[in-house]
Amino acid sequence: MSTEATPAAADVEMYDADNPAPVIEAPRKRTKKTPKSTRTNFEMYGWLFMRLSGIVLVVLVLGHLLIQLVLDGGVSKIGFAFVAGRWASPFWQAWDLIMLWLAMLHGANGLRTVINDYAERANTRFWLKMLLYTATVFTVLLGSLVIFTFDPNIS
Amino acid sequence: MSTAIEDKVEAASKASPYITVTFRVRRFNPEVSAEATWQDFQVEIDPKERVLDGLHKIKWDLDGSLTFRRSCAHGICGSDAMRINGRNRLACKTLIKDINPEKPITIEPIKGLTVLKDLVVDMEPFFQAYRDVMPFLITKGNEPTRERLQSAEDRERFDDTTKCILCAACTSSCPVFWNDGQYFGPAAIVNAHRFIFDSRDEAGEQRLEILNDKDGVWRCRTTFNCTDACPRGIEVTKAIQEVKRALITRRF
Repeated sequence: MSTEATPAAADVEMYDADNPAPVIEAPRKRTKKTPKSTRTNFEMYGWLFMRLSGIVLVVLVLGHLLIQLVLDGGVSKIGFAFVAGRWASPFWQAWDLIMLWLAMLHGANGLRTVINDYAERANTRFWLKMLLYTATVFTVLLGSLVIFTFDPNIS
Repeated sequence: MSTAIEDKVEAASKASPYITVTFRVRRFNPEVSAEATWQDFQVEIDPKERVLDGLHKIKWDLDGSLTFRRSCAHGICGSDAMRINGRNRLACKTLIKDINPEKPITIEPIKGLTVLKDLVVDMEPFFQAYRDVMPFLITKGNEPTRERLQSAEDRERFDDTTKCILCAACTSSCPVFWNDGQYFGPAAIVNAHRFIFDSRDEAGEQRLEILNDKDGVWRCRTTFNCTDACPRGIEVTKAIQEVKRALITRRF
């Protein structure tokens, strides 16, 4: 009555009761030692930051895209003069600065959770996060430097 | 007219309720092979019976080596959570007719836990997370001579999470748990919720602190897999969000 869908694979190694095949364990299994209480609120603040910065970014980014791509001639108007004109106003400087910081930190924190979830080995996780943090710090600092030291009369 | 009804009844009693259903079971036996394979079983079964009855027929009549857990067989003990047609369910609460018996019914062990044999998994990491949230009443001071009384409203606050039977259907449907077994998992948080919001319990703060950990509630991505999987209909994701809210309102 029963039919085998797949015939038992002929293993090169033979397993029996005394010599069972190794079971496939979860890569990062929870054990008695696992809960190392971190005693900080870092993850909570991270979670809150994602929600709050997300709300602000919706306004900032959509406004940015609207100004850059839709209003007043669209993308073709963007040039050195356009940027110089906007950054003459402290309002647009602040807008771009806040957008830069929030977007970078929001994205970096999101990628951090992705790395935490998906990287299996502790070493891989560590180095991927170091790469991420380096890239984030570099971009944020470079962007801030440009916004603050922008010289419209550069030759 | 009466003869027509009689004919109908006779025809119905003659027609067998049994249909032939294919059960496609994920088999793994470390004493035979390191590979898990699919095996098909044809079973004559009444579609009003449950998947567990089909597994019993296979184990008792076709292949005694089929290994699975079941205890009460009535949806209370939580032993027979398995992945049926790609969804976590209790085999004892899933009727054959509800999951399209025309096609083969696939039965796999729940994911994210080590498979020991066929449908049996190592539940230890799951119960370790459960123990870590201290799922027992903690109080201070002298023990009262009477019962610890509670109003109906106070009881209602955590009623939903008292229904958990620890079947692991939610935890083993959670993608964060699959990727990273360090996460407490929905079941442990549900059982922490049951005590955190119990007016008689006095260790809510301690439990919140445990779940504030980096592997605690903040790893929840609200995918609602746990709520979908729960055979008891617990609003698992809602419970997790309530713990998050309690953590935030406690601080601010």
